[in-house]
Amino acid sequence: MLTFTIRRLVMAVPTLLFISLVIFLLLELAPGDPMAQVPLTVPPEVKEKMREALGLGEPMHIRFWKWLVQFFWIEPQVLIDATFGTSFSQGDLRVISWQTRSPVMDIVVQRIPQTLWVVGTAYVVGVLIALPIGIYSAYRQYSIFDQAGTFVSMIGFSVPPFFSGVLVIVVFSVNLGWFPSIYDTTHKVVDWDSFVVQLQQMIMPVMVLALQITAQISRFMRASMLDNLNQDYVRTARAKGLGESVVVMTHVLRNSMIPVVTVIALGVPSIFGGAIITEQVFKVNGIGQLLIGAIQANDLPMVQTLAFIFAVLIVLFNLIADVLYGLLDPRIRYD
Amino acid sequence: MTDAPDPVTVGAPLPANPGPMPSRPPRSQWRDVWDQFKSHKGALWGGIIFLAIVLLVFLGPIFWTYDPTFIDIRSRNQGMSWQHPFGTDQLGRDTFARMMAGGRTSVSVGIAAMLLALFLGSFVGVVAGFFRRLDSPLMRLTDLFLALPLLPLLLVMMLLFREPLNAAFGPERGIFILIVCAIGITSWMPTARIVRGDVLALKEREFVLAARSIGTTNNRLILRHILPNVMSPIMVSATLGIANAIITESSLSFLGLGFPPDFPTWGRLLFDATDYLQQYPERVIWPGVAISLTVLSVNYLGDGLRDALDPRIRGR
Repeated sequence: MLTFTIRRLVMAVPTLLFISLVIFLLLELAPGDPMAQVPLTVPPEVKEKMREALGLGEPMHIRFWKWLVQFFWIEPQVLIDATFGTSFSQGDLRVISWQTRSPVMDIVVQRIPQTLWVVGTAYVVGVLIALPIGIYSAYRQYSIFDQAGTFVSMIGFSVPPFFSGVLVIVVFSVNLGWFPSIYDTTHKVVDWDSFVVQLQQMIMPVMVLALQITAQISRFMRASMLDNLNQDYVRTARAKGLGESVVVMTHVLRNSMIPVVTVIALGVPSIFGGAIITEQVFKVNGIGQLLIGAIQANDLPMVQTLAFIFAVLIVLFNLIADVLYGLLDPRIRYD
Repeated sequence: MTDAPDPVTVGAPLPANPGPMPSRPPRSQWRDVWDQFKSHKGALWGGIIFLAIVLLVFLGPIFWTYDPTFIDIRSRNQGMSWQHPFGTDQLGRDTFARMMAGGRTSVSVGIAAMLLALFLGSFVGVVAGFFRRLDSPLMRLTDLFLALPLLPLLLVMMLLFREPLNAAFGPERGIFILIVCAIGITSWMPTARIVRGDVLALKEREFVLAARSIGTTNNRLILRHILPNVMSPIMVSATLGIANAIITESSLSFLGLGFPPDFPTWGRLLFDATDYLQQYPERVIWPGVAISLTVLSVNYLGDGLRDALDPRIRGR
């Protein structure tokens, strides 16, 4: 198992390098000029100097190498410095955003808590709702509850977040006036009242995201339970006279959870991607909104770094899912 | 499984007394599939509704002759009436006509992108499954594509290639080609994986060996023997592909990176309507319901097709 994990980790390095190259080359084709916003009164030779100051004067491979060094060598040093108060990264050039001229990772670190709060809560809520639904609809297959659950999860699949988000805004903030339609990220939780306000503004985005997550995970849970419910060991357990709750909740559930756990792990990065739209609808200024803003403002270092972070998340959680599968299911042997 | 004879009956000698004659005539495979499909009520309704939506958006303009871009500023912001069943927008354009025009674009994008993704996916899947030497590199490529952050990349692609394609093909056709290609290139991977798995299993079957032993070339073997047998996973991926493509196109339009503003699509209509959310919430509802209903019906259709085409479930 350990060798498998190490082998996969080693394999992930060229994959990630290749992905970063693909993103870099795509952005290299970008027609936008970062100097487009500079006033026309600025003479062309000054503009040329400014362009060089952004690091644009050098050839492509040098800029790619610089980005790699900055991202993989200097940024970790900055992280170590920030944690332990050392000064390894003193004077080194970090990845600089063209929009704000401040280090990209600083902005990302500012934005991540918002995304994690909203998306993370939604994911936990979605999974907690999905598991019981999946278990019960498999246990009572083709019952009214199962049919209703299937229908609801079909709706969760089919209604895109930009519609369900707008719909809950129409219902709950325009018509009923219960919740604010815009997520206020400057809001700080200090006491009970401000906590209630925070809860109110989180309900709608969490609801929208959780609907999608519930739809997917409950389907998987149901299918996995159905696969196991007809197995021989279930009949044996019942024949031994075990209670129905022990049979279903201990024997069947444990075996059915194996694929579901991996699906839950695989879904984490796609949630970050899917949350881009939800963040846009509710004006949550998390990483998704940062990415959209950077794309529209032609801020190439920011887009490059963010897209790469998403790629790292995907590769990492794929790896986690594979390792989990091997750990949970003794029948799977990777060696 | 059109070419696969039952392995048990092939080798066994014919019984001397065949017994009573079968009372019912033999049934074709597609008849069985249709019977199973019919019994799945959701799938049947999904198919009917999807067909109705497609017919409405493509044939509707023949009967509803309003021009979706005709501006009648005096009758702007109207509610529902007989003259304008879905009302009019802030420039007095007829929403019903715009919905049909938008649907035409969205459904065309969905179907075209699905066909492209299906072609790429089946090609990669069949080649990877059939030729052992290409299997590993092609599957590495598939894994690599699966690891790409798709939505950010789609957004970047939309931004990058908009201008050159606009210049080459005109604003509407250019962006259509761009969206279809972008969605097609980023959504072929699941199909490729499923098809490869099926081809790997099919390759070892006797009928392939038989075909090869009478000197069938690889091309013919793939086209006549392998492809018809992997049609069912391809058809299921097709329905899911349409749903996925329609949602992706609407998301791009919603983020302001899709079709140009004066060119209606369902996502664009929804995006424009969010500005008037407080005053005219019903304008958001129409395109949103249209997208959701289309995707829902296609998903149910796919669900039913999967059951109907799976011989293990059929007949239960």
